[in-house]
Amino acid sequence: MSGALKVLAPGLHTTVQDFGRIGYQALGVPVSGALDGPSLRLGNALVGNPPGLAALEILYSGPTLEILADAARLAVAGVGARLAIGGERGRTVPAWQSVTLARGEVFQIVLGPASVCAYLAVEGGVVVPPVLGSASTYLRAGLGGFEGRALRESDLVPLAVERASERPEQRLPAPLPATADQPIRVILGPQQEYFTEEAVATLLDAEFRISTSADRMGMRLDGPGLCHHDGWDIVSDAIATGSIQVPGSGQPILLLADHQTTGGYPKIATVVSADLPVVGRRRPGDLIRFAAVSVEEAEQFARDEEQRLAALVASLGPSPRDGGIDLATLYAGNLISGVVTGRE
Amino acid sequence: MQVRFLSVGDRAFAVEFGDRIDRALSRAVLGLDAVIRAERPKGVVETVPTFRSLMVHYDPLATSRAGLEQIIAGLLDRHEAGRADARLWHIPVCYADEFAPDLAEVARLTGLPPSEVVALHSGACYHVYMLGFLPGFPYLGDLPAALALPRRADPRVRVPAGSIAIATTLTAIYPYESPGGWHLVGATPIRLFDSARTPPALLMPGDAVLFEPIDPTAFAAIRRAVVNGRDKIESEPIAA
Repeated sequence: MSGALKVLAPGLHTTVQDFGRIGYQALGVPVSGALDGPSLRLGNALVGNPPGLAALEILYSGPTLEILADAARLAVAGVGARLAIGGERGRTVPAWQSVTLARGEVFQIVLGPASVCAYLAVEGGVVVPPVLGSASTYLRAGLGGFEGRALRESDLVPLAVERASERPEQRLPAPLPATADQPIRVILGPQQEYFTEEAVATLLDAEFRISTSADRMGMRLDGPGLCHHDGWDIVSDAIATGSIQVPGSGQPILLLADHQTTGGYPKIATVVSADLPVVGRRRPGDLIRFAAVSVEEAEQFARDEEQRLAALVASLGPSPRDGGIDLATLYAGNLISGVVTGRE
Repeated sequence: MQVRFLSVGDRAFAVEFGDRIDRALSRAVLGLDAVIRAERPKGVVETVPTFRSLMVHYDPLATSRAGLEQIIAGLLDRHEAGRADARLWHIPVCYADEFAPDLAEVARLTGLPPSEVVALHSGACYHVYMLGFLPGFPYLGDLPAALALPRRADPRVRVPAGSIAIATTLTAIYPYESPGGWHLVGATPIRLFDSARTPPALLMPGDAVLFEPIDPTAFAAIRRAVVNGRDKIESEPIAA
């Protein structure tokens, strides 16, 4: 029998995700997949997995899980996130390093203020039947993931590996920093001509606030209205992740991983792919600003981002042995909880 | 045909043929889609045909917009007929009242008796323009002009799976229960999308559809066969 993770508390929205369901948008199937792809990739690298192996995506608040396997190697990947192991008198392991837990150990994934989203990668991956080539959960049609839905209390999420391999734990030399409050870069289009010049200028000058209507499909942005100059009903066309569509109300909606494949509202601009993970980490209430770039610039950002990620993966190295001074763990524990727990 | 290349971020662009719902535009879109699927230019990840444009998703690590745009511009002159394996599907539809909550209102709004609404709806052969909104959701046209109505002013929170709906010049089938603003004039017992099937969507862009009226008894029988995995939907190749 293979191992499992038992869900003691599911968190607000915990789903299985990988890099998404590629190749079925023509049939109306959204891509889905991780909101913060780089974190998923780093999490997988930390536990020795291929980059896009299925992992748990944690949104807004983390689950509490119990290890039902002889030994499971885990890593939490998410800006500012951590693993809290063993309840009140337990220990904390910050994000960006692997740790191996034994059967019966209980842990919670705790998100920090810098990101609403984190990943729990497990050596060997979580096992769900692939649907159309992907493990990603698409809730609206109940496709993929764990029974096509978010995790619930007492679910048993199967693990591919019953006993983690014998090898040193891995860590990123430095945690991924919180994303600075930089403007989110966009490429105007495909339908910027449906908007007044003032609306395009407003998009690029004004601040918007992410409303509470935010989920994996998209986030509604509060702020000045963006006026169409000639109606807002277009003959439906296809949608890309990151496109900012503006319905008749003038309030933009930034479309994320689970967006519909097609739609009938004009899209004023599209977030560049290098900045999509940054958007995925933002929470309702956060302010968001946009800056326009060209397609050529954005393609270069995507290539630079790929190099940066490859370098991060290459920089992973063994953690200090147990008993050694682990400054990152110490600092993370202190910064977040303000208390040095027993283990240190 | 004049086309425009529209920017949709750094991983997609749209090849836009026009801004109307129109069979000639659809033919051009599906023709280019077939050529790109056959040629598989390097870096193309997937393509999505719609009424009036073809979305090309690409990988900027493997190609560039500028390079791909040039390649695709070179493919536009190919007069591809579209998918060679397109089919005509016979979709059973029950128009009885309990399956058609909006039939009476559609009759009232169009000034036609309900039987005439059914006769018109089931008397036309429809083209599958595109899939979208939900997995396997087909946009079919064109609806007989006498049935053209705007969407409902008051969208429903829950439209049952299998509902046959009309709005504007189009008709559609809801593969899943979902919110929806179209008028519901019937229901089909068949399954439009099944991820275990290859391909998972029953209807594909470029296919054709005839709706065949059935009574509630036949609906129940087909539904049972679907649940037991023994349904067989009639179809035939579309003569080129």
